[in-house]
This record gives sequence, structure tokens and C-alpha cells, in this order.
Amino acid sequence: MIIIDSRVAATPDFLRERATFVRLETIRLIEIAKVGHYSSVFSAAEIFATLYYSVMSLKPGDPSWPDRDRFLMGKGHAAVGLYPILADLGFLPLEELDGYTRLGSALGDHPDMRKVPGIDFSSGSIGHALSNGIGMALGCRLDRREYTVFVMLGDGEMQEGQVWEAALSAAHYQLANVIAIIDRNGYQLDGKVDDVIGIEPLGDKWRAFGWEVHEVDGHDVIALDTLLHRLKQDTERSSPVCVIANTVKGKGVPFMETEPGWHLGYLDPVDARAAVEAILMGGGSQ
Amino acid sequence: MTLELSENSWQYRSLNAVNPGLDYLSDALIDLTDQGHPIVAGAADLQYSNGLVKYAKAYPERFFQFGISEQHMVSAAAGLATTGKMPFVATFASFLGLLCCEQIRMDIAYCNLPVRLIGHHTGISLGFYGTSHHATEDISTMRAIANLTVVSTADGPQLASAIAASVNWPQPIYFRIGRGREPDVYDPGVPFVFGKAITHRIGSEITIIACGTTVHPAIAAADALSAKGISVGVIDMPTIKPLDVDSVIEAGSRSAVILTVEEHNVLGGLGSAVAEVLAETRPGARLVRHGIKDEFSLIAPPAHLYAHYQLDAEGLQQVMMDIIES
Repeated sequence: MIIIDSRVAATPDFLRERATFVRLETIRLIEIAKVGHYSSVFSAAEIFATLYYSVMSLKPGDPSWPDRDRFLMGKGHAAVGLYPILADLGFLPLEELDGYTRLGSALGDHPDMRKVPGIDFSSGSIGHALSNGIGMALGCRLDRREYTVFVMLGDGEMQEGQVWEAALSAAHYQLANVIAIIDRNGYQLDGKVDDVIGIEPLGDKWRAFGWEVHEVDGHDVIALDTLLHRLKQDTERSSPVCVIANTVKGKGVPFMETEPGWHLGYLDPVDARAAVEAILMGGGSQ
Repeated sequence: MTLELSENSWQYRSLNAVNPGLDYLSDALIDLTDQGHPIVAGAADLQYSNGLVKYAKAYPERFFQFGISEQHMVSAAAGLATTGKMPFVATFASFLGLLCCEQIRMDIAYCNLPVRLIGHHTGISLGFYGTSHHATEDISTMRAIANLTVVSTADGPQLASAIAASVNWPQPIYFRIGRGREPDVYDPGVPFVFGKAITHRIGSEITIIACGTTVHPAIAAADALSAKGISVGVIDMPTIKPLDVDSVIEAGSRSAVILTVEEHNVLGGLGSAVAEVLAETRPGARLVRHGIKDEFSLIAPPAHLYAHYQLDAEGLQQVMMDIIES
């Protein structure tokens, strides 16, 4: 059985290569559906790769392993980028990716814990995931276990009131094993987050809610890997942690990086080839 | 819990004096926890109103106070359930069945997690606290959600039995309960069977199908009319979903009229569930739905409201007399 041992850090080159794999597979899978959230995945590709290939403790052959680290996605629409990792690690057959979004497939635009091994919680309605993760952390404490609950949140998700209910709750219960990672890519469906409903000063907000706050370049795999390992291993902390990962929406594909309309879209074959070439030229990871 | 209500306070004395039915909630959960079931409980700033403070004192590490964050409580309960727990989370039914509807749908029902949702002070039982606090739509919302079992208990003993039975019921459950002041219909310890109606009286002219707090007055009203020679049956339908379809068909074959009685809007609740069965199976009985007639309920002391809406024994007698004379 494969075991991801979080004590052994993956090499930066390997994590970058896996982030590239995430981007390329995302393009391939969305081609099946003919529409999808490319740029929401591209901002999170290094975060996915770092968590799943280095930081989290997992047993892909035993997805219900009680001591595994948990990962929840408030921005469930980026699931198309996570499925290839789950398949690559052996949570599900690689061939299953080929049926992405087709009738009867377990793999939809948003993740379903009841259908996809390795998905720790279903999502799709933005704003629930941090609360779900807090419930897991409370259960973890009651069971005297030591796993970490990682919750990826979108920056637009900060506009959901329930996020702040959860933020209060995690600080109150001193859930130090909750690590929220905000994919601060700056855009949501209707435009720039700060134009739609501004969320700054974001770090100050989380600090005011009693969280330890860190900022990191969300495409720098060395910085991400170092920080997340350190936070996971820190047993002295009494507060939950918020990592603001500064990212670029559509990272790795220049014409997406400058065009917010790619939150949801479809690459025709010509654009898809251009996107693949840009990614293979090294766009993305740092 | 750092500050408890003083035993001399008005709130402590009034709650303990007049809400004995709510003791059953905590007592049942304490029993299950004592037996080793993985119970946890949660409240949203209403631990005194729903009596869960008693559970919190018995098992402080298994009780979670979420504050005035009902939606967060429901979503967190789902997370707890993924770790093998059986969470019971409680708040006013008006908040649970409506404010938290989407969290219940997405995090609990869609994920099919064994969370038990306790919507208390349901119907119009919060009287003059305001229509904001009345829950006359929660059966409608909850029974429209797949995977979710919907139970409306008549009294504390039935609630305790249903909670005890729930450890063998894998699906999520919405319990719709009163405010703990309902007169008992059942003796403690009567086994509860999900999906099964309980026939209290058999009658040929009218059969009342009631749930929750209306079961007790329905029996009293039926007995009063029976004493006058009118044949009235009474069925308690505590599980609104899955509905005991056979029981409805049988009553619809036996009686000329089926009268559904509920502390809920007549749209979408028990009456609608029974109507669906009668329309699809056509056993013969005419249906009359009684409850809140698609309006926002008035405010008043609860007893006055029950009288106003003809949901007490006297009112139900009149409703049946009107049916017979019509």
C-alpha cells in the first residue's frame, strides 16, 4: 500500500512537475465536459500538489483511514484539478478520469464524498467547508487523534457569512489542527473580488478572529512546502491557522492570467494547444 | 461552560417547572452515551430552552456550544459525523427547518450522514414570542429533502423512544418536537418504530391522522364525539417520511373522511403527504386538511392560539362537527 509520509518532503522539482500534471489533466478533462473552471484550478495547482504529494498523511489504499489528514474544498469547483491527483495516487482508477462528468460518473464539477474515494467532504455550496472541517477537528480531539484538517477556501468565499461563524468557533475551541488555506487569486465569477465586495484587510480580519495568519506565494512550492510542514508539526500553537496563499487566477497560461472571464469557460482546440504549450514551457510553478 | 443559570433565577425555575417533556431529550442522550453509543450534542445558545444543559453537565466533553451560529452548527455536525459520531444538534424549529435548510440538504442529507436534527418549540408553541419564532413550514422543507427521515413526536416519552430507536436508523433524521409542556400520550418505554403509524382509535365516520402536539387533543376530541355516538378513529403518524402508506390506505378504506391535523401549514405538511397517498391510491375517503391555513400565524399565549386555530380538543370537535354537518 502506498503511504504518503508527510515527514518526507518531496523535492521541489517533483512538486512542480505534479502541478504541471494537474494543469494538463484539467485541460484534458474539461475538454470532455466542454466547460469548466480552468483558472480556479490553475491558481491552486501548487497547493494541491504540495498537500497531496508532500504534506498530508494519507493511505490511498485505505481512504477511510481514521488518522489520515483531511482536505476540504470550500471552492469545490476546483475539484477537476484534484481528481487527477487522487487517481495518480491510487484512490481511484486512472481510467475513471476519462468519464469525467458523463452520465453515471462519480466525477462532477464539484466533489462528492459518497462517490469519490479520497474526497473527505462533498462541496459545491460555498461557505460550508470550514464548518465541516471544524466538526472533523472536534471529532479528532474527542477521539484523541492528531490529524490535521486542511480547508481550502476561495477568496470570494470570504463573502459568505458562515465562514466567519466558523472562524469564531475554531478560535473559541482552540482548534490548532485546523489550517485554512485561502486561495487569494483575486477573482470571482462576477469580476475582481475587491470590486464585487472587498475583503481586505484580509489578514487583519483573521487575526482579529483569533487565528494565526501567514502569507505565502501560492505558486512557490518550496515556500508552500516549508510553511505547511512547519505549521502541521507545530504542537505548541493553540489557535487555528489561516494561510493566505497569494496566487494568480489562471496561473501558467498567459492569456488566462490577464482575463478574469476564464473563471468558467472552454478552450477550443487552438487555445487548448496554446495553453498546453505555455504550461509545458514552465508557466505556473516557482 | 463557565456561567450557569442560578437555580434561583426565573428562567431556571420556569424551565424546570413547566417543560418536563424536554428532560426526555437529554435523558435519552445520556442513556445512549452511557451505553457506549458515539453520541455528541450541540446547541446554538438555547441549551436551557431545549434542556441540553443537562446533557452538557453529564458529558461536557461531548457537548458543543456553537453560539448563535445555527448554520455553522449544522455543518459542523456533519463534519463530526464523518468521524464516527452520532450528533444531535438542536435549536428552534423555525431556525433549523428554514434558516439551516441548505446546510441540512447539502452537508447532512446529500452526504447521508447520521446527524439527528432536533427542531424544538415547533409549530405555534412559542406563542407571543412572535411569528418569527413559529415553525409552520418545517415539515414542508424537510420532507422535500431526499435521504432525510422526518419525525414529529407527540410527547417526551415518544421522543425518548424515538431517540433510542434512532441508533439503528442509519439515515439522517429531523425530529420535530414541541416545547416540553405537552401532556403525555404515551407511557415511557413504548418502543418506537420508524415508518409505522400508531392507531389509537378506530372509527368509520372520520379518522383523524395527527402528528406531534395535536395527537393528544385529537384523542380527546375523538372520545368526546364517540360519546355522542359518532365513530371517530385516531391515528398518530409520527414518521412523516417515510410515511406509513398502508396505514393511510387502510384508514381511507375504513372511514368516510380522513381529517389530517397538524400544527403546521396545511400546504406541504402531513396533510399534503396524506393527500398524495389518497390521490394515488383512491381508497375512497374524502380528505380534509386541518392546520394553519396558509397564513402567518398570529401571536398570543399558546393556549389562546391553539383555541384560535381550532387545534385544541374543543376546536377539533367543532371541526369534525362542521365536517359531519356539511
